[in-house]
Amino acid sequence: MTEKELYKRLNEVFRDVFDDDGITVDEYTTADDIDDWDSIEHITLIGAVEDEFSMRFKMGEVSGMKNVGEMAKIIMSRGK
Amino acid sequence: MKELEYPFDSSYILKKRKKLKRELLENGQTRIKKKIAVLGGATVDDIVSCLELFLLDNGIEPVFYKSEYNMYWEDAVFGGEIDEFEPDVVYIHTSIRNLRVTPAVTDSGEQVESKLRAEYERFEQMWQKLYERFSCVIIQDNFAMPYYRLLGNSDVYDIHGLTGFVGRFNEKIYSYARGRNDFFVLDINYLSACVGLDRWYDLTYWYLYKYAQSLQAIPALAFEISKIIKAVFGKNKKCIALDLDNTLWGGIVGDDGVEGIKIGHEDAQSESYYEFQSYIKAHKDIGVILSVCSKNEHENAIAGLEHPEGVLRPDDFIVIKANWEPKSENIKASAAQIGILTDSFVFVDDNPAEREIVSKQTGAVAPDIGEAADYIRVLDRSGFFEVTRLSKDDLKRNEMYKANAKRNELQSTFADYGEYLDSLEMTAVIRPFEKVFFERISQLTNKSNQFNLTTLRCSVSDIASFAQDENYVTLYGSLKDKFGDNGVVSIVAGRKKGDELDITLWLMSCRVLKRDMELAMLDSLVSAAKKKGIKTLRGLYIPTAKNKMVKDFYDGVLGFEKTRQDDDGQAEYTLDIEEYENKNIHIDVKE
Repeated sequence: MTEKELYKRLNEVFRDVFDDDGITVDEYTTADDIDDWDSIEHITLIGAVEDEFSMRFKMGEVSGMKNVGEMAKIIMSRGK
Repeated sequence: MKELEYPFDSSYILKKRKKLKRELLENGQTRIKKKIAVLGGATVDDIVSCLELFLLDNGIEPVFYKSEYNMYWEDAVFGGEIDEFEPDVVYIHTSIRNLRVTPAVTDSGEQVESKLRAEYERFEQMWQKLYERFSCVIIQDNFAMPYYRLLGNSDVYDIHGLTGFVGRFNEKIYSYARGRNDFFVLDINYLSACVGLDRWYDLTYWYLYKYAQSLQAIPALAFEISKIIKAVFGKNKKCIALDLDNTLWGGIVGDDGVEGIKIGHEDAQSESYYEFQSYIKAHKDIGVILSVCSKNEHENAIAGLEHPEGVLRPDDFIVIKANWEPKSENIKASAAQIGILTDSFVFVDDNPAEREIVSKQTGAVAPDIGEAADYIRVLDRSGFFEVTRLSKDDLKRNEMYKANAKRNELQSTFADYGEYLDSLEMTAVIRPFEKVFFERISQLTNKSNQFNLTTLRCSVSDIASFAQDENYVTLYGSLKDKFGDNGVVSIVAGRKKGDELDITLWLMSCRVLKRDMELAMLDSLVSAAKKKGIKTLRGLYIPTAKNKMVKDFYDGVLGFEKTRQDDDGQAEYTLDIEEYENKNIHIDVKE
C-alpha cells in the first residue's frame, strides 16, 4: 500500500462516516477541520478505519493521535 | 430497507448510518412518533443512532432521551429532564459492569444471597419509580455471561461463581417480567451467545469509551431492541406466504412427483425440510397466518402438502395460491382475501428473483433465506413475529381466519345479505372496559390501522385510566357466531364535555367487517352516553395512509352530520342522540 492509496481509502471512510462527499483529508487534518467530528463520531471513525484496514489501534494510540497524519502512520505500519 | 434486514452487515451500518438515515427519512414511509428514553450503565450513543435506523425502517419515528453516562439509576429514581420528556418507552441498558457487589469466594451462602437480593432490589426500585411517573413500557437488558470465570467450569454452579450469580439475577428479572404486561426483557444473554462471547466483549472499547459490548455488536443489539418496540406498537408482520418447491420440500413436485420430493427422515435434505415445516407450523400457535404462494398446478401443490412424511397439511393454510400468475399478484389477492395489507406479509421463497419482484411490487418483506439449513435461523433472527405477550386471541387467530373463509362460502348461498347475517346467529357482548381485557384492548389500539378513526395508540395503563375515569364512556365489543368466537373486535371510547361526548377512539378489527357490529356498538354507545346525561356525540376522523376505509364512516354509515372538514382531510361529525333509535337488527347484544 502506497501512501497515496492509503489516503484514497482513508478519504472514503471519512466521507462515509460523515456522509459528506466534499471531505478531503490530508496529514494535517484534525477534528477541528470537520464539523461533525466530535468524541462520539471519533469512535465510529476509529471503528470504520479499523474495519477498512483490517487492523486494531492500541489503546494508547487512540488517545494519542493528534491528526490524520499520525493515524496514517500507524495504518501504514500495521494496516492491510 | 434491505441493508437493515437480517442478516445485515454491521460494519456497513455503522459506517453508513448517516446516509441510511437520510434515505429512510426521504422514502415517504408513514410513521408513528414515539418517545424513547435510553438509560445506560454504559455509553449509549451508538446504540441510539443504530436503533433509530431500525425503528424508522419499521414505521416508527423515535425521539430520544439519553441519560448521561452511567446515570441510569439516578434518572429513573430521582427523575429530572426525563420527567418533562415523558417517555413512551424506557430502555435500560445495563451489564455486569453495573453490579455494585458480586460474590467473593470467602462469602457464606447467606452473604451471597443477600448480595443478590440487594442488587436486584436496586433494579426493581428503579422500575417501580418509572412506572409511578410514566405510563410507559420498560425494556430491561438481562446480563450476558461474564467474560472470565474465576472458578472455571464450576463458576456456573458454585454459589461463589459470578456466572451463576448472573444467572440467578437474570431469573429474578424474568419473574418480575412474568407478572407485568408492560415490562420486557431484552435477552442479551441469548444475543451475546449468537454473536459469540469473545466477539461480544471488546474490553478495549470498555476501557476507552465505556461500551458494554464491542462496537461491531451494536447493530445486532439495536436490532433486537427494535424488535420489541415495533412489536409493542403493533408493527409485527401477520402472515407468512410460502413457496413450495425447494422451500417447503426439496425438489419440484410437478417434475419429481410426490414420491420424489424430499421431506421426512429419509436423508439429510428431507430432515432439513421436515424441521423447517415443523418450525413454520408452530407459528400458527403464536397467531401467525400461513398461506401458500407457489408456481405450480393446484393439484400438485395439494399432493405435495399431503405427503405422508410432511408436517404441514393443506388445512394449515388460510389461503393456497398455486397457479402460474405472477407471485406479486397472488400476494395481493391473498391479502385481500384474508383482510390484511400486503406489507404485513413475509414472503419465503428460495428464488432470489421472485423475492425481488414480490418485495418491489407489494411491499412485503422477502428475506434472503439462504440454503435449507439456514431457513429457520434467518426467519427466527429476523423477529418478524416478535412475541411480546401471548394472548388467547393469538392462539386462536388461525381458527378465526378459517371460520371467516367458511362464512364467505356461506354468504354466496344467500341472495339477501340480511338473511345471511341472520343465518350466522351472531351474539355480541358490549360492555365498559374490564380489567381482563385491558391487554387485548391496548393491543387492538396498537394493531388496528384500517378500521380506526383516530389511530390513537394506547398502552395498557392508558386503557386502565380511561376505564377508571368518570368522564369517560368506554366500550369493548366481542362477537360470536355459529362458526366461532371472534373475541374482542371493537373498541369505542369517548370523553364527556358538558352534554357532549368526544369520541376519541373508534376502531374495529377488519375480520368482522360488514357484520353490522359497528351499528351494535353505536346503539350501546348511545345508551351509555344517555346515562351520563349526554345529548350529542362528536366524532372525529383523522386520516392516515391506511384508514381510508372509514373516511365516510360517521356520516355514511352511522348517520352523523359533518360539521367540519380540514384541508388535510381531518373531519368532525355530530349526532344528536335524544331521539336516537337503535340501528342493529342482526346481532343479539348482551350487556
